[in-house]
Amino acid sequence: MAEAGRRLLRNWRVVLGGALVLAVLLAALLAPVLAPYDPLDQDLSAQLAPPDWHFGADAHALGTDSLGRDVLSRLIWGSRIAVTVAVVAGVLTALLGTALGLLAGFFGGRADALISRLVDIWSSFPPVLLAIILVALLGTGLRSVIVAIVVIDWTRFCRVVRAETLKQRRMDYIDAAVAAGLGPRAILWREVLPNILPLALVLLTLEAGIAVVVEAILSFVGLSISSDAPSWGGMIAEGRGVVHEAPWLLSCAMLVLLATVLGFNLLGDGLKAELDPVLR
Amino acid sequence: MLQIAQLSAAARGGVGVLRAVSLSVAAGEVHGLVGTSGAGKSMIGRAVLGILPDAVRITAGRIRFDGRDLLGLSPSARRQAGRDLALIPQDPLSALNPSRRIAAQMTDVLRHRLGLSAAAAQARALEMLHEVRIREPDNVLRRYPHELSGGMRQRVLIATAFACRPKLIVADEPTTALDVTVQKQILRLIRDLQRSHATAVLFVTHDLGVVAKICGSVSVLRGGEIVEQAPVADIINHPAHAYTRALFAATPRYDRPPP
Ligand SMILES: Nc1ncnc2c1ncn2[C@@H]1O[C@H](COP(=O)(O)OP(=O)(O)OP(=O)(O)O)[C@@H](O)[C@H]1O
Ligand SMILES: [Mg+2]
Repeated sequence: MAEAGRRLLRNWRVVLGGALVLAVLLAALLAPVLAPYDPLDQDLSAQLAPPDWHFGADAHALGTDSLGRDVLSRLIWGSRIAVTVAVVAGVLTALLGTALGLLAGFFGGRADALISRLVDIWSSFPPVLLAIILVALLGTGLRSVIVAIVVIDWTRFCRVVRAETLKQRRMDYIDAAVAAGLGPRAILWREVLPNILPLALVLLTLEAGIAVVVEAILSFVGLSISSDAPSWGGMIAEGRGVVHEAPWLLSCAMLVLLATVLGFNLLGDGLKAELDPVLR
Repeated sequence: MLQIAQLSAAARGGVGVLRAVSLSVAAGEVHGLVGTSGAGKSMIGRAVLGILPDAVRITAGRIRFDGRDLLGLSPSARRQAGRDLALIPQDPLSALNPSRRIAAQMTDVLRHRLGLSAAAAQARALEMLHEVRIREPDNVLRRYPHELSGGMRQRVLIATAFACRPKLIVADEPTTALDVTVQKQILRLIRDLQRSHATAVLFVTHDLGVVAKICGSVSVLRGGEIVEQAPVADIINHPAHAYTRALFAATPRYDRPPP
């Protein structure tokens, strides 16, 4: 295990991606400590103030928005929403998709036919459109955003996990377990699942990045959390309106969003490259 | 111990894989199954173990093992009967789960089959690894399959097979995937354990040289059919069937590992 850990740390994508993700996680966790201002505090005497690096009680390192709210503080608090969506939506999507993929791949037959058909139908809808329709139906808010992501993206896991389960099921060690008299449930849990987990972990990491983007898109079109609350998508939407007067607003929010998604993607790709040769 | 009577099997599309195969293996006996590639040797072993590929169905015949008709049992009764059977596979790498430690894989089977506690299963695994002459068995138990050599993996699988005290072991070309020097050791190991545990073995191989060393009787298989069946001395001294003589003529080639 320690050896596997050291291997991972020699992969630059794992290290860089992990560092970016860790930074966002820390920002979310320590927002009250890190943020210099209350993210909702308006200072109408300092609207659209440019970034200002002097040290002092009234400094706005990344400027302010059109209501005079501190951009840095809003970015830091915005990471809470991003992390919440990434973790909750990512994990729920992974659980649902992995469970269905395992069932379909392992038991085959009618369960497989049903699940695979569902996946095909599901994937034929354009996902962003489906998300917007879903949230419009469920009402705006973070919970709807998470539900929408899970409902749309479980197929991503299901497809890959099903294929991998089919592959594992043909391996000799499954035959050996059957010959040893282990029942299907024991084989699924103890023999197949451990071989699926690394893959599910990689997909989960990538899914977390996707969830962050989807939340930002829905915030951008005003379908996520209320526009007062600090969210990156909301900030991008606002920044677009004042891009000529206050380019820092749009660019800072975009940059943070990009770095987060890049972090998840690098981490996922790095993990994939590292976990594969060890296990197969 | 094991009686196979008129066993026929077909692949999807009606292609015959086994044709009216009959053979029996007495308690403590080693019965060889020889024949060229594709003759159906592995299918017989798989039919006995209940792990035929999805595409292959048994169309006729019976398999009696230890007084029970294996083909007529419900899945759970079949699993119960399977506790007295074990497999030593051809490819020890793919027969081990790549993402689990040796200890977990061995103790799982032991706990399931012998109803042992975790600690007792661990002790039994250790004892069997000693018996298959693995040095530092504690160390091996902590390893993953890819960290062991081919010979070590096969020893682990042999240990697992014998640890359950089965009455019959199906050994499907257990030495084919190994180096020549290791082949000899593994073969001797299986023979020694088979004798000391008085286990019956259905021994699948291409190699008549191996048959001479380990088997008591032999079935020669061609195209899913048994063409000759006799005690090993008779087959070696007076092979009756032309196909058996051809196999003998070809035998030296199988002494070398496949390219
Ligand atoms: N999964 C499968 N589906 C359908 N037919 C199969 C399958 N596996 C094997 N067969 C057929 O069964 C026949 C017997 O195969 P088997 O594996 O028993 O041969 P074998 O004697 O063990 O050969 P080898 O020495 O190569 O292991 C083959 O001719 C093949 O056509
Ligand atoms: Mg074979």
